Amino acid sequence: MATQEVHHVALTLTDHLPILEVLVPFVAAPLVVVLGSRRLAWPIAFAASAISFVIACLLLLQVLDGSYISYHIGGWAPPLGIEYRVDAANAFVLFLVSGISTLILPYARASFEAEIPRRSTTLLYALYLLCLTGLLGVVITGDAFNVFVFLEISSLSTYVLIAQGLHRDKRALTAAYNYLIMGTIGATFFVIGIGFLYMATGTLNMADLADRIAVQSDSRTIRAAFAFIVVGVGLKVAIYPLHLWLPNAYTFAPSAITAFLAGTATKVAIYVLLRFMFSVFQPEFIAQVPTLEVIILPFALLAMFGASLTAIFQRDLKRMLAYSSIAQIGYMLLGIAFFSQAGLMATMIQLFNHGITKAALFMGVGAFVLRAGGSFYHHLYGLGKSMPWTSAAMVIAGISLIGVPGTAGFISKWLLVQAALDAGWWPIAILIVASSLLAVIYVWRMIEALYLTETSAELPARQAPLSMVVPLWIMALACIYFGFDSDLTLSASRTAAEGLLAGSMGME
Amino acid sequence: MGMDTSTAILLSMILPAVAVVLNLVLRSRDNLRDGLTFVIAAATFAVVLTILYNVGGQTTEPLVLFEVLPGLDLAFNVEPLGLMFALLASSLWIVTHIYAIGYMRTNKEMNHARFFACFSFAIFSVMGIAFAANMFTLFLFYEALTLSTYPLVAHKGTPEAIKGARTYLGILISTSIGLQLVAIIWTFGLTGTLDFTQGGILQDHIAGPMAAILLALYAFGIGKAALMPFHRWLPAAMVAPTPVSALLHAVAVVKAGVFTMLKIGIYIFGIDFLATTGASVWLMWLAAFSIVAASVIAMTKDNLKARLAYSTISQLSYVTLGMALATSMGIVGGGLHVVMHAMGKITLFMCAGSIYVATHKTEISDMSGLGRAMPITFGAFLIGALSIIGLPPLGGSWSKWLLMMGAVDTGQMVIIAVLLVSSLLNVAYLMPIVGKGFFIRDNAAAAPVKNLETSPLVWGPPAFTALGCLVLFFFAGYIEAFLMPLGVTN
Repeated sequence: MATQEVHHVALTLTDHLPILEVLVPFVAAPLVVVLGSRRLAWPIAFAASAISFVIACLLLLQVLDGSYISYHIGGWAPPLGIEYRVDAANAFVLFLVSGISTLILPYARASFEAEIPRRSTTLLYALYLLCLTGLLGVVITGDAFNVFVFLEISSLSTYVLIAQGLHRDKRALTAAYNYLIMGTIGATFFVIGIGFLYMATGTLNMADLADRIAVQSDSRTIRAAFAFIVVGVGLKVAIYPLHLWLPNAYTFAPSAITAFLAGTATKVAIYVLLRFMFSVFQPEFIAQVPTLEVIILPFALLAMFGASLTAIFQRDLKRMLAYSSIAQIGYMLLGIAFFSQAGLMATMIQLFNHGITKAALFMGVGAFVLRAGGSFYHHLYGLGKSMPWTSAAMVIAGISLIGVPGTAGFISKWLLVQAALDAGWWPIAILIVASSLLAVIYVWRMIEALYLTETSAELPARQAPLSMVVPLWIMALACIYFGFDSDLTLSASRTAAEGLLAGSMGME
Repeated sequence: MGMDTSTAILLSMILPAVAVVLNLVLRSRDNLRDGLTFVIAAATFAVVLTILYNVGGQTTEPLVLFEVLPGLDLAFNVEPLGLMFALLASSLWIVTHIYAIGYMRTNKEMNHARFFACFSFAIFSVMGIAFAANMFTLFLFYEALTLSTYPLVAHKGTPEAIKGARTYLGILISTSIGLQLVAIIWTFGLTGTLDFTQGGILQDHIAGPMAAILLALYAFGIGKAALMPFHRWLPAAMVAPTPVSALLHAVAVVKAGVFTMLKIGIYIFGIDFLATTGASVWLMWLAAFSIVAASVIAMTKDNLKARLAYSTISQLSYVTLGMALATSMGIVGGGLHVVMHAMGKITLFMCAGSIYVATHKTEISDMSGLGRAMPITFGAFLIGALSIIGLPPLGGSWSKWLLMMGAVDTGQMVIIAVLLVSSLLNVAYLMPIVGKGFFIRDNAAAAPVKNLETSPLVWGPPAFTALGCLVLFFFAGYIEAFLMPLGVTN
């Protein structure tokens, strides 16, 4: 494997890309606040996000061959200094997060204007950038404690962003508070776990941790650390019984924020889970503890069915999609539970495909909220006629959610079922397709509401503004594009899965 | 006709796709929209004819558009069965389009643009199914066909239309995703390919009993073939406007189902493999049961379209039976039955629509004496019915003949009996309709009979396809010879 180490004498801008990925939005956030200009806030946020996206693309291209980039912050060599480490797994997630963020921002402008008082928007963009910084930082860093720091940056800003939904519905405050409590418990568990690890190994650098855990005999401290970390991150992932914060948070947050979080936040958490399970603790360690079979697998199945069934009975489209997210996270966990390269590949690709699908769906909901005044099914009646473009994009994203062939969702379902068959887990393969059928039902409730009903409103809703429809359609077309051309997603997720399964060797 | 075959295959799909866009763009210009769609339908048929002219009964190399996953290509090719299906669908599209214009306008249905756009999209999907070079491509268009016909079934937007459409979509999607997709992935896992290959791809990869299970996943997963007990969607779909029932639920959708059934029999399992392992014996019995049971149910239905729907379920199982017999005669007979039944059943449905447009009658018991008022419609119905029953000199007689030959080859005397009983049942449920129409006088109809036939756009197409049933009797030999390569065993 070709590797590339960057020392403190690094001279060119290209060498600094890993830090710039995080630094650009991080610096832009206070800049927005300091300038305090309502006019400049959006352009700065957009530019920062776009630059991050370009950098993520460049990084992904560099590591697609299976190599990695190690960047030492301030020139302090790890394990003493903080290291940023980019490989296929996290470059792929960086690409997803910054890409979705960059598409959401143009969309968010009109949506924020309608849902949030003007005096708050400037600070909102600053928080949005901070949240983005946190998410990118979590993904890119190679330092366990640094993960915690960035996780808190993103979480704290997320709480405030969700609370901004209060201008439309006061329940946003309780939703945010609820998430604050749960998220903090999760973060605490996580940091306790890292504390144990530090106690047992005396290091915080992930690669170093991996090496030391590998040579150490299995100790109770390490097992406890593992348990704390899985539960802590599990809260952020919204693994089924730990998901209670998610439906309200997604439902009451401002529409653009929901779209952003749904496409990115839980996906980043899944990445952290993967990284810790496979790169820090070794695959051999995972094979010893029965976590996958007795915890991850049953809960994944519970999510696939429990959350899907709950989604069917929702009357609010936004809440329905939130439950559907929990169910879809079940698929990703299932891929992990297979504990095979095919399974991890399915997880990585589902992480990406579901990210774009759900972002598209929540963007559509935002447009409906803007024009029809709400996202309950009765608000959607007849919108197929009065908002044809938005509705058509929702149909495309909806069938991608089901996993109809020709859409991104199909690719991930295919790989997942194949992984199940490879592992010889027949019943699981049947359960995967059976739970897709539940998705048919809840997606079809939306389509019937849009197309097969007459509007009850006196004035038919107007078309959504172009600034919303265009990003929505880019996202919807991406759902189709990645359903046909899976070269990029497939090779990235394969390399990622290989790296993860190699354990600490994948970090060398 | 200097068009190269690859271009022609793509064009046969691009043209209906263009029709979709045109219908949506020209939503308020009725005449222009319907006229252009007619031109496109004619052009599509011409393109398929070009393919026939270029390729004949050959099988071409796959034209790979792109690779979706390693080993899974979006690819198309031409082979006799698919070409026949494409010819059938594209020629009947022209007829049905004319009929649909007459029906939708005379009957004052709403949302014409959406209707014709979805209709064209369905044809686009059918072309994709017909020319698919592997099971993955076929599955993709199979699902597209389900999704594009759903709005057509729900077209009226009434509660019963929505309910029917839910049943329709529910059964078709759940069987295809729940069973067929699993079968496809399983096949791919076993063999590493999904390409349609003469002689099948499963040989040496799977043992007999497991092959029977895999075949079951396919047979029930192809819900469009309406094999019992997954047939409920077809009667439910009858809430659709009649042109939809005529082209899609007598020809395109259900034929896509049995077409897929034949495809997996010939190109995935291979006839030899099925014959030697006996994996399809159970399917043969189930198909035989479906044939008789659906016919019996048809006799109990008073609603004309419902009766025709159950008749379709019964007739579809003839094709499935032909595949399950696993002999060359069975396969060729099944393929031929696709054509013969399509021509006969589309005639019957268009007649049912013609009666509905003229009188708004849907129940058979209300149709006494109507034959005298609508001689052309009922005449066409008679011919279509006789073809379905399988009497010479109509096309339907040949396919039943071949299927019986197939049954004789395998020594299945019970199957021969089933086919004979079924023909008698066909007489019992189809002939009374014609009899009532012509010979029983309505009490109220003591007044002189007045001609109730509506627009020629409505009665012309069924008369034309009725004539087609007659013509097919004389040309069946060509089609049989054309399909013969399918039955070649090693």
